[in-house]
Order: sequence, then structure tokens, then C-alpha cells
Amino acid sequence: MEETKELTINMGPQHPSMHGVFRVEVVVDGELITEVHPSIGYLHRSFEKMVEARTYAQIVPITDRLDYVGSALNNVGYCLAVEKLAGIEVPERAQYLRVIAAELNRISSHLIALMASGLDAGALTILFLHLQPREKLLDIMEKLCGARLTYNYARIGGVSGDIPPGLADDINAFADDFLKTVEKLKRFFFGSRMFRQRAEGIGVLSREDALSYGASGSTLRASGVNFDVRKAQPYLVYDRIEFEVPVGSAGDSYERALLRVEEMRQSVFIIKRALEQIPEGRVIAEGVPRLLAPPPGEAYARIESPRGELGFFVVSDGTPYPYRLKVRSPAFSNLSTIEAIGPGCMIADFVITVGSLDPVFGEVDR
Amino acid sequence: MNVDFTAGSLLVPAAWGLGFVLFSALNVMFLVWMERKVSADIQSRWGPMVRGYHGSMQLLADMVKLLIKEDILPAAADKKMFALAPFLVFIPALLALLVLPIGPGLIARDMGVGLVYYLAVPSLASIGIFVAGWSSGNKYSTLGGMRSAAQLISYEIPRSLSVLGVVMLAGTLSMMGIVNAQKSLWFIIPQILGFLVYYIASIAEVGRTPFDLPEGESELVNGYFTEYSGMRFSFFMMGEYVALLVACLMGAVLFLGGWRGPFGLLPQLGPVWLLLKAYALVYVAMVVRWTLPRYRIDQLLEISWKVLLPISLINVALTAAIVFVGGEWLRGLLG
Repeated sequence: MEETKELTINMGPQHPSMHGVFRVEVVVDGELITEVHPSIGYLHRSFEKMVEARTYAQIVPITDRLDYVGSALNNVGYCLAVEKLAGIEVPERAQYLRVIAAELNRISSHLIALMASGLDAGALTILFLHLQPREKLLDIMEKLCGARLTYNYARIGGVSGDIPPGLADDINAFADDFLKTVEKLKRFFFGSRMFRQRAEGIGVLSREDALSYGASGSTLRASGVNFDVRKAQPYLVYDRIEFEVPVGSAGDSYERALLRVEEMRQSVFIIKRALEQIPEGRVIAEGVPRLLAPPPGEAYARIESPRGELGFFVVSDGTPYPYRLKVRSPAFSNLSTIEAIGPGCMIADFVITVGSLDPVFGEVDR
Repeated sequence: MNVDFTAGSLLVPAAWGLGFVLFSALNVMFLVWMERKVSADIQSRWGPMVRGYHGSMQLLADMVKLLIKEDILPAAADKKMFALAPFLVFIPALLALLVLPIGPGLIARDMGVGLVYYLAVPSLASIGIFVAGWSSGNKYSTLGGMRSAAQLISYEIPRSLSVLGVVMLAGTLSMMGIVNAQKSLWFIIPQILGFLVYYIASIAEVGRTPFDLPEGESELVNGYFTEYSGMRFSFFMMGEYVALLVACLMGAVLFLGGWRGPFGLLPQLGPVWLLLKAYALVYVAMVVRWTLPRYRIDQLLEISWKVLLPISLINVALTAAIVFVGGEWLRGLLG
């Protein structure tokens, strides 16, 4: 008598759709996945140890390399923690500029995530519909801070430079144009019947699981928890800007993708309002020493990154080098839910599900 | 045995054979270039532009590249089967050309059961795909092979049923006879349901998006031909494109009047009309490929068994009723 056996497949780290260097062993019964054993660490660069031998200012560009798709937000999060530790007051104009850079970056990060959802579902043209607005966005970022991917924009005490003349109009024009693009994307792809058939009801993450795994960002909100650090514990000037946080209820891959589409729209509103409200003034605090040595103590700052709650915990022993720096990585927490939602998916669904969690491995492994 | 081995009797089949190989090789080159250009058009890119006029020589460069690539035999592979599989995929697609009516009286072999032959022979390619998947010794390839077996078997049935209506109207299984029966009215008009089922099932048969699950690159790396490289890989590619072209050529013959021009226009252009019609169908398939996402395996089978099969059965019943009731009138209409 022949017997049927379950098949163990190794996906990644070089699988074409494993979003970076994610390796996962899946046990499949035919096409159905019964067990998932994720394995990470292929991009570990020991960020947290490395920075203990750098001065506080030198660490800012290294934070770019954590979540390289949303690097402006990493800078902001790290600088907020150090400023809290050293008691530095950031000028208001710099705070607004940080918000603008962060939200522009959030849009470009979500564009990448959504593009990947399309590719995972096998729709190759979606890539180009997302890359076109992203290209304009990167041009804006280049004018703002000189870089297209690793921005290094926030500095301890402010930002690296003021917004160049004329760029505010460019951003406003882009924002108006982009709202139309979002509608188009929704109509052509994310609202289309075939994508719904593929993504709806798969990889369902329950509210309890989402909370116990420490998920955050759209992954948590899709499961019906209304939590956004920008609202729950406002930082910078988010309490002065009006915006909404979209919350889902189904917790499936489709909802996670759709929330990102809506979040991009809200980011556009935030940028437009920030540009209206932005005051004149300095863009970096006066008297921040180049070799900053904060008093002994510890500080934790958290921000809403495109992937969720990004936290920086800094401990100082009074020297110019941090005693310890710990990053609370949202991508890591979100990705670990794959153990709970992976089994029961088919192989094709699994790829979409991993994509909908939007992991960036620079941040998962650090 | 009374077989004539003199030069004269062998020359004709040999000429046809050579003609088919040349025809498919040239068309594959054009199809690959066309696919790149169509995808580039949809994705607002230029596509290949450097080699030749608008990159028309790009494929020659690619061929040279594939020829000089290392031919890798995986250690875990079943070597003989692994080597055989590309031909098992390529040859059936080529064989189907045997019953293709190219122009008035121009056909390699006008068999009495031409249509049955066409439905039977190209689907042998699924055996080749399964052999490729199984012999590679790679789990992704095996899964791709399995998927393709399930897919091809399910789509074979609606496809065969969809052409039954054509047979009933034409009253013959001979391909030449079917073209002749479309003298005054192309079968796409009375057989629109049959045509749609045939076209969708054919896209699934040749494994193109949204039905390209056997090679679904986001899930199975490259499906059944993950382990193939160099010339063996290019045989799979060629087999795939020839299969697509053959499916569209036959679609043109069965439903679009074959080598007849619209309204009997310019009859001397026979083969050109046929190619034009086939390429129109190919173009639609390409646009679909670069627009839609991919179905999941269970959805794919559902479409076949729950949608296409009932539609084709309804079409068969309707056509049978019409032919039974108004046979005389119909024959007059079709001339």
C-alpha cells in the first residue's frame, strides 16, 4: 500500500517573492499549507551593537539602513529618542518639515508594499502603475534632502535643511495629482473582482492574535483595533493636524492592502495641511554640540512607521556614545504573525499573505 | 508492406515538415518580440530598442545567448527523462500544424477526422510538462507539473465540447470542410458561446496568465521548468509560443472563416488573412496576460467545471436543437 506524505518545501531566502531574504519552511499537503516555520537572520548586520561605538550624530545615517523603504521615519524616530534624552527643544518649523518628509516617505513606502501585492498575485503591470507616482515622489525627496532612498534628513535638534523655494508648490501639485492616482489604483486593481477573489478571506488574523503577537500598523488596524501612534500618543505636531485613521474589521490580506491605499490618501491630506500651517523660523535647534553627550539616563520614543509602531530605546551613560540602543521593530512583530495565519493557506495565498504583512528585512533582522 | 521509398514520395512530406519548422521558428521570434512590445506598451515602457529597428533583432541576440549558456543537468534529476521532456512539449504543438488549412486546397493532410486529431495531439504536451516537472527532482517543479496535469485535463473537456457546435453546423470533422462551410457566414456569429469557451480554454491550455499556474513565478519560482537552462529552456519557450499560435490559428479556422477574407474580400490573400486573424487573437491573449492577476488553483478548476463546462453544454444543446429543427433552412443560409 502506497501512502501519501506531506511535503516540506523550503521557500527563500532566494525565492522570487519572499520579500527580501525571508526563509520559511512550509509543510504542504498537496497545495494546502499545514505548518509554517519561519527562519530569519539572513540580513543581520548587528545594528544595535555597531552603534555603541558611534557618536549620537553618526548613528543617524545608519538608521536609514534599518527600514530602507521608510528611512525618513527611522531618522525621525531615533532623533526623537535622543532629543528626549538630552532635553533638546526642536524648532516648530523643523517639526513640520519632519512631518512632511515622514508622510511623503510613508506614501512611497506604501506604494512599494502595494506594488508587491500586485506582483504576488501575478499582475505584473501593477508594478509600473505604482512606480510612476513613486518616481515623482523620489524627485521631490531628492530636492528636499539630496537623496532618493536613504534620506538622512532628520538631525538631532531639527532637520538637515530648509525646504527649497518652490518645492512647496511642487508638493501641492503632486498631492492633488496623487489623489487621482489613488482612485485609479483602487478602481483598476484593488477594487477589481479578480484581486478580491485572490486576496479576500485569506491569511485572516484575529484581533486576539494581532494583539498577542504585538502587531501594529495596518496589520493591527485591519484586524479591527484602532491604534495609531500618531493619534494614541501624538508626537511632533500630529495633534495639530486633522486626519483620519482607517480601521478595518476582516483582518484578511485584502483588508491590509486596502487600508494602505486609504492611508496614502490620509497622508496626502496631512502633507497639504502641514504645508498650510508651517510657520517661519529656524530648522535646527541652536547650541546642539557636535559631540553630544546626554546626561546618564534612558529614553524611549515611538512613532508610526509605514509598518507600524517603531520604537527607539536609548540608554546613555554620560559619554558621547550610547550605552545601549534597542529598536522595537514593527516589521518583526508583524512578520511573526505568519506562524498563526500561514497554516490553512494555499501556496499561492501564502505568498500574498506574506506580502500583505509588508516586511522589510533591513528592519526585521537589523 | 507496400511503402514507396523513392525520392518523389518522400519529398513532399519532407518539404511540409521543413516548412512547419521554419514557420514556427520565424513566428516564435516574432511572437516573443511582439510580447515584449505589447507588454512595454501596456506598462508605458519602450521595450527592446537597441538591436535592429525597434529591437527587432533582439531575439537573435537572445538565441545566441541561450545557445552558449551552460547546459545544467541537476544531480537529483532523472537524466534521460529530463533530457526528453523539452521535445515532448515542443513536438505535439508542431504536429498540430499538419491539419491546418492554410489556403484554398492548401493543407498538409486533410484528414477526415482532422478536428479530433487537432484536439488530441497538442494536449499530449501536458505529458511532457508533467515529465519535466517530475524528472527535475525539484519540489517546485513537481508541484508545477501536478498543477499543469490538473489544469490541462479540466480544460480539455470544455474545449472539446465548445467545438462540437461547429461540427454540427459544418457537418464534417475535416478542417478543410469546416472552412468551406463558412463561405457566407463565419461560425463566430452563430457560435459566439462556443468561441468564447474555446478561447478561454485555449489560453488555459497553453498556460498563459490568468491561467499560468504551472509556472506561476511568484509561487513556484518557475514551475515545471525551474531547473532547465540554455537550449532546453528555449525549447519550452518555443513550445509555449507555438502552442499559443496554433491555438489561435485553429480558433481562426474554426470560428473566423480561416483563410477567407471578410465579405469574400481579396480571396487570393488566403494565408495572409489566416495569419492576420490568428495574430488578432494572439494580441488579445497578450493584453490579457499583462493586465490580469493570476487565479488560484481551486478557482481555476472551478471556472472550468462550474462555468465553462455548463456553458459549452448549453451551447451544444442549443446548436443541436437548431440544426434538428431548421436543418434545411440553415444549410441554405450557410450555402
